[in-house]
Amino acid sequence: MRWIWIDRFEELVKGVSARAIKNVTLAEDHLHDHFPGFPVMPASLMLEGMAQTGGILLGDLHDFQHIVILAKVPKVTFHSWAVPGDSLVYDAQLLDQRPEGGTVAVTASVDERLVAEANIVFVHLDQNDPQLGSIDQKNFVFSMKLMGVMEVGRAGSGTAAATGSESEGP
Amino acid sequence: MATHEEILAKIQEILADALGADEDEVSASATLVGDLGAESIDFLDIVFNLEKTFEIKIKRGELFPENLAAEGDGLAADGVVTEDGLAKLRERLPFADIDAFAADPQVENIQDLFTVDMLVKFVAAKQEAGE
Repeated sequence: MRWIWIDRFEELVKGVSARAIKNVTLAEDHLHDHFPGFPVMPASLMLEGMAQTGGILLGDLHDFQHIVILAKVPKVTFHSWAVPGDSLVYDAQLLDQRPEGGTVAVTASVDERLVAEANIVFVHLDQNDPQLGSIDQKNFVFSMKLMGVMEVGRAGSGTAAATGSESEGP
Repeated sequence: MATHEEILAKIQEILADALGADEDEVSASATLVGDLGAESIDFLDIVFNLEKTFEIKIKRGELFPENLAAEGDGLAADGVVTEDGLAKLRERLPFADIDAFAADPQVENIQDLFTVDMLVKFVAAKQEAGE
């Protein structure tokens, strides 16, 4: 399974906010076990998608010079759930950032319905950090494979995802 | 200017939130790691919350310095902090109770220098300096 829990990155306002979408589908095997007869998007994977959205927002701020790792989720509330056919919209706002890391507030919603909200703390690691070898790659919020979601807009309608004030043009 | 009690009350709230502790556990003498179960990741969360709550700026390593005393740098020997090490601790952690620590200066006890009271004094000094 590819550890990519957002389908399309829709908007990035550098250092301010990011938006991504995740379409829930019955083609995802785990939905048949979670739960039999009542398929809902697992809350943990929703949180992962929210972290990937926020992690890209933070990583972009430093032009992806740091490896961004999910460190802590001080607050998370699930108000509702998402079922196959739903498009989850993840909206991330950058709350704070400093050399060691940053925090984001992310909401997940389906249309007007708020499904979840969380505050997420990330830490920065550098590529040459001696501690890096001991960390499982799965803990990385993003890898270059995940960054492929930034390109999805180009394949679909042929237009790039909006990047704030900097338009990439037709 | 917030009083010592006002700062303490806000810090108790921050720590209860960040560490999942009960507010009555967060006494002034409580140690962050030993008593309240803080991990290194929590220090970053605490710094973010202190900056936001008190509108202060905390430089990297200013409140929670790393590598305070390691073997081989002359600051510690056989698991005990040396005189030079104690002087260094006084310099880098001006608000910690180094005198109490000096009674049994085991390297493993360094983490006990980070107490609720130390945070209160740190914040008070920051506010006084207008930083």
